[in-house]
Amino acid sequence: MIPELGQFSLILAFCLSILLGTLPIIGAARNNVLWMSLARPLAAGVFVFLGLSIGILAYAFATDDFSVQIVAAQSNSLLPMHYKLTALWGGHEGSFLLWTFMLSGWMLAVSIYSKSMPIEFVSRVLGVLGVLCVAYILFMLATSNPFMRIVPLPPADGSDLNTALQDFGFIVHPPTLYMGYVGFSVVFAFAIAALLSGRLDAAWARWSRPWANIAWAVLTIGIALGSWWAYYELGWGGWWAWDPVENPPLITWLFGTALIHSLAVTEKRGVFKSWTVLLAILAFSGSLLGTFITRSGLLTSVHAFATDPTRGVFILGILGLAVGGSLLLYAFRAPLMKSEFGFGLVSREVFLLTNNVLLVVAAASVFLGTLFPMVYQALTDDLISIGPPYFNFIFVPLMIILVLFLGVGPMSRWKRTSTAYLFQQVAKLAIASLVIGVVLPLLVLFEFSLAATVSVALAAWIVLTMGKDIANKIANKDSVAKGLRSLPLSYYGMQTAHIGVAIMLIGIGLTSYFSSERSVLLNPGESVELGSYSFQFEGSEAFRGPNYIGDRATFLVSRNGNSLPSLYPERRIYLASGTPSTEMAIDAGFLRDLFITLGEEKEGGGWTMTVYVKPFIRWIWLGSIFMALGGTVAAFDKRYRRLRQRKSAQEKEQLGALQPTAT
Amino acid sequence: MSNLKFYIPAVAFLAIAGLLWRGLYLDTRTLPSMLIDKPMPSFALATVDGEAVSNIDLPDQIFLLNVWGSYCLPCLVEHPTFMRLSEEGEIPVVGVNYKDRNELAQDWLETNGNPFSFSIEDLDGRFGIDLGVYGAPETYLVDSDGVIRYRHVSVLDETVWQEEFIPAITELRAESN
Repeated sequence: MIPELGQFSLILAFCLSILLGTLPIIGAARNNVLWMSLARPLAAGVFVFLGLSIGILAYAFATDDFSVQIVAAQSNSLLPMHYKLTALWGGHEGSFLLWTFMLSGWMLAVSIYSKSMPIEFVSRVLGVLGVLCVAYILFMLATSNPFMRIVPLPPADGSDLNTALQDFGFIVHPPTLYMGYVGFSVVFAFAIAALLSGRLDAAWARWSRPWANIAWAVLTIGIALGSWWAYYELGWGGWWAWDPVENPPLITWLFGTALIHSLAVTEKRGVFKSWTVLLAILAFSGSLLGTFITRSGLLTSVHAFATDPTRGVFILGILGLAVGGSLLLYAFRAPLMKSEFGFGLVSREVFLLTNNVLLVVAAASVFLGTLFPMVYQALTDDLISIGPPYFNFIFVPLMIILVLFLGVGPMSRWKRTSTAYLFQQVAKLAIASLVIGVVLPLLVLFEFSLAATVSVALAAWIVLTMGKDIANKIANKDSVAKGLRSLPLSYYGMQTAHIGVAIMLIGIGLTSYFSSERSVLLNPGESVELGSYSFQFEGSEAFRGPNYIGDRATFLVSRNGNSLPSLYPERRIYLASGTPSTEMAIDAGFLRDLFITLGEEKEGGGWTMTVYVKPFIRWIWLGSIFMALGGTVAAFDKRYRRLRQRKSAQEKEQLGALQPTAT
Repeated sequence: MSNLKFYIPAVAFLAIAGLLWRGLYLDTRTLPSMLIDKPMPSFALATVDGEAVSNIDLPDQIFLLNVWGSYCLPCLVEHPTFMRLSEEGEIPVVGVNYKDRNELAQDWLETNGNPFSFSIEDLDGRFGIDLGVYGAPETYLVDSDGVIRYRHVSVLDETVWQEEFIPAITELRAESN
């Protein structure tokens, strides 16, 4: 009975979103205040019923209700409670419900934090999000009902959550990634609302900037979590594989990065308006494309859900209507958007445009590389495979150029910057960066490598130009402290995110070229050397976990005779499915990670295994944290809040003026 | 007329959506290899046991070429079928040890049994690219002239053997008689 209540809530949410997707938009077009004022309560209603629905599904998982199909397929009575609850998003149906619920969460947030915007704009934004909700819920009800029962004979026990997913990473990565993905729907809705209203001034850019920043920050964390999880769970020592399903979040992220920069230009200078709108549509399309790829079975990948062509057709339909429709709307309305001001050939506008072009080209080439094998097959019936060499070949040079501009951009001025001024500002810094790039890796790693030099020099370039820029900005203040206080929060946000880029660069450059690994067979008592590290294998012992049995090996680790924390890699067999799984042991460090993965046990207690030393790998994720932090900090700039207060005061006056006529 | 440029994104999207739609209906499992009815690509590699092999070492009768790896769980599923085929002398099976590590491959053969006449060691996957391999497991049927005649992607169990390979082999044998 209870799962049927969940289904019923889902249907109610569907009905409410139909109202939300129509009345407020029509109301905004006809200037019907009553219909527009329905937007906020309806958004809250959709949120409540989707919340109820997902809550009931979680309850079915928690109480081992194996008569529900996806509970039987994705859970097991032996599963620990935190995995039972999260097994909800371990398959297509549940994860799509989570996705839709998150959209309603963003919708609720928009309806709460939109007091400063005019009501017809809010109605359109919520209305567009409502239309998306209609499409998503219809998709669930029609092709992937999470509450489907197994009748008349439910299984006695479930077939267990995929063992690769029984991990902390699975608890945090999918929700964060979805949260970021779906966040771009909000910016998309802002852009569409602006197109619908025909009021294509800079206001929509100002309103959507904090939302774009937050969505971008969450997506950054979501992608980084996925990379970190793949690194420690899959045990192959890599952090990015250019997997067809890793790529759409990256494409979305690249468009999103271009978008948050372009929004800045549109808001502050009133130029690139149609371009910014297009980017908002593209970032959203990236997120829908990701859904399509994982859920349609179009590409085979580690992430792919069970495939079903009808689902693919349905999502393609959503993709076609949402993206195709908005691009057509764009084509009709974009000609109305005229830039208010001109700008010179060397100006901050142009630097940001360069940033945009590079990011969009990068996104397009990742997109091309991801889909090309499929396209090629569609056209010729032949197969080809596109691997990391293609992506690295295109991506790395683009990012190097991007970082070069990243250093100069913040220093340049709006409208026009003199080339001589810029040159005088950065010439010394460029030389200093080069020197640091050559010397620092030599001092730390005693080895020369072009990759390390390039990445360290670029990181130094970011940090030095930033230092110079801050010094310039506070030069005419009374004291350093006063000067630093006078800089706006959004400036700090930007620089924090840029430091994140520098940190990540160092991580990528040094990890890619100084990592080492060795595969060996060791008997108890034997040891293996890797660089200056020594790993001594003490032996293994059998043990039992909550839903698995396994072997745990003990390794004594030392460096140049100084002992380091011991490592305990495991090899597990999950009881419900009989699947083996390797749990690597990691000694994580600021400057390097050491890790061991166990292979197979041999006669006499020996094991095959691989040991790795990965310098600076943590810096990749540390960099992402800085970027996300920067994006968040910038979203809380008091500029937006001040506007909010002023605007809401205005709105109250307007309301006050309206009241007599309304009563 | 300059406003036409704003239609470019919509048109580009239409093209992409069309391709995606076409892609949905592509069957990636039974897709014929581009090498069907073409000779085996030439190779000069080592076997897992460390001996040099090239095209001349291939059996001069109809044989199976099975792409496997120690990391590949489905390979274990189809393994009993190959063991039976080689033990009963029904057809020779040549292995391609695809993107594996030598010591792991040797362990695997030792633990599970070795159905292969020999296994070509394809550490970097180059030979796999020449063959058009998607991933392990995959099995090719090669005729006595060293020409690839049939390709099966994913697990080859007794059902697949009975329903796909026996008819194909019967046809080949009829052809050569």
